[in-house]
Amino acid sequence: MTPLKLIGLALVASLALSTAAFAQDITIAVAGPMTGGESAFGRQLKNGAEQAVADLNDAGGVLGKKLRLFVGDDACDPKQARSVAEKIASQGIPFVAGHYCSSSSIPASEAYADGNVLEITPATTNPLFTERNLWNVARVCGRDDQQGQVSAEYILKNYQGKNVAILNDKTTYGKGLADETKKVLNKAGFQEKMFESYNKGDKDFSAIVSRMKRDNIDLVFVGGYHQEAGLIVRQMRDQGMKTVLMAGDALADKEFASITGPAAAGTLFTFGPDPRKKAAAKMIVDRFKAKGVDPEGYTLYTYAAMQVWAQAAAKAGTTDPMKVMKVLKAGTWDTVLGKLAFDEKGDIKAIDYVIYKWDDKGNYAELDPGKGT
Amino acid sequence: MDYFAQQLINGLVLGSIYGLIAIGYTMVYGIVGMINFAHGDIFMIGGFIALITFLILVSMGLSAVPLILLIVLLVSMAVTAVYGWVVERVAYRPLRHSFRLAPLLSAIGMSFVLSNFSQVTQGAQVKPIPPLITGGHTLHDSGNFAVQLSNIQIVVVVTTIVLLAIFSYMVSRTRFGRDMRACEQDQTMAALLGVDVDRTISMTFVIGAALAAVAGMMYLLYYGLVDFFMGFVAGIKAFTAAVLGGIGSLPGAMLGGLAIGLIETFWSAYFSVEYKDVAAFSILIVVLIFMPTGLLGRPEVEKV
Repeated sequence: MTPLKLIGLALVASLALSTAAFAQDITIAVAGPMTGGESAFGRQLKNGAEQAVADLNDAGGVLGKKLRLFVGDDACDPKQARSVAEKIASQGIPFVAGHYCSSSSIPASEAYADGNVLEITPATTNPLFTERNLWNVARVCGRDDQQGQVSAEYILKNYQGKNVAILNDKTTYGKGLADETKKVLNKAGFQEKMFESYNKGDKDFSAIVSRMKRDNIDLVFVGGYHQEAGLIVRQMRDQGMKTVLMAGDALADKEFASITGPAAAGTLFTFGPDPRKKAAAKMIVDRFKAKGVDPEGYTLYTYAAMQVWAQAAAKAGTTDPMKVMKVLKAGTWDTVLGKLAFDEKGDIKAIDYVIYKWDDKGNYAELDPGKGT
Repeated sequence: MDYFAQQLINGLVLGSIYGLIAIGYTMVYGIVGMINFAHGDIFMIGGFIALITFLILVSMGLSAVPLILLIVLLVSMAVTAVYGWVVERVAYRPLRHSFRLAPLLSAIGMSFVLSNFSQVTQGAQVKPIPPLITGGHTLHDSGNFAVQLSNIQIVVVVTTIVLLAIFSYMVSRTRFGRDMRACEQDQTMAALLGVDVDRTISMTFVIGAALAAVAGMMYLLYYGLVDFFMGFVAGIKAFTAAVLGGIGSLPGAMLGGLAIGLIETFWSAYFSVEYKDVAAFSILIVVLIFMPTGLLGRPEVEKV
């Protein structure tokens, strides 16, 4: 599969390169898992980026030039992420919105740093992404240490004296989030009953589910992606368990509920306050809906990443990534997510996570509406 | 004890699915002496065909679950069998008298072709279906641990046993089975004695594919989703099961599948989930050191 896909990618890349060169447009990129288990989120990124490029072009483009979009597929695989990043860098693309999986964003960001590409991730929450002092990275979402804090506080408040299990999928994102949550819990004197890991891509969780049944687990916190979390919920219900599953931002796509069916009811996850409900987003959300797209999860975050870059490039008067980054970190930007400002590392200031709950109809809503907005 | 019983159920169901796929590997190896690496992807195709048939039936307004299951089973077996036949015809038959590695490489190529084909035509997303067979039975409830056996688990295990019985009968009792065993021993001699070797080999692929389709459908029903890359991991596990059981032996493949399923489950149940694959493959290595032909395999006479 990979070799074929690479050839395809190379073809697309060479086409994009030649057309961009002729038309004097600016090519920017979005990269994420367009194929594979995480492709639901790749689609969010792509939808957000396409809409942002269309809207920016309608408003006259950037620096008087039209934007073109290059879509890179990393399949949530670190090796493929690195090769996509090198491809993007070698084409002289100045800016990429991506990636989704932390284990892709982190290795890719190094290729971007060497290749002079500015990377704003809409979705990577692992702290390491901005902690390595790379010049070229920023993010418009929160971090797993903040996310873990919110989950842990919820557990401490509602599950004191009960049995809690923590699972992770051994990926940079999943393990990172599980560790952050565990750290906060343990610090408060709360000891989890079980800390285990599974393989991303596993389908059969019956053994671990029976184990949780034996240990009378009341809540299982999963540091992992939506497909595995969905299967865990489904298999827990099959074994007659009522255990609540709690996870991070990776559950913010309707595909989760299509895996679990009505069993999703009661499942909790943390995410930023619903960007679709913000006043600033109304017009843009309507434009998505007109196309039949629900801009859920990280769709609007990707849109915002594009807006931040476009405004910073316009202000800097160039697309030169180093100069744009300098301007970007100094300013405050008006986006669909509201006003965003960045610190020296590239993290956004003022981030708040809230807890969402799935219902049995396949929808999710803030557990405590109004708190974050 | 209850906990042990529950994990035993878990392991048997997982092992049944591995076993169903492993039979396809073992049958082809027995006759042609090659590892059909595209078999995992045939299994994936079977899952997709079951999914598509299911969606068509539901959109036609059919709602009787047993009828749906029966139609889905027959359609996916039939269509996947055609895939198996075409793959043999296109990728293996022209290379049958070539050097030994040629069909193996052709099989790996076929595996890429099939998974890319379904990615292009069906999309890269995971395809879920709502739970079809719901409900279950509480076998024993000791107060704090209830042993649960769900209906879908019963369906998976029963289907596996029935199919295994049918195919064992076919291989050992029918004329076609005799042809198969003859081709397995010596193709030239079998041909001289009037066995249509090409047809027998084709039929072997067809049956292997039909079994893979059943496994694909069970997988879809049990886990509730299919995707275009699921054939790879499942194929590797099933291939391991076939080797563990003794490649070339039908009961061996089933036994190997059950063994892998049980080892994975019990390792996860009593030790660490993290190392379940390590445990399964370590046991494979140990078995192969002491029994190089696998659990039920016969020492092979090198055919040139």
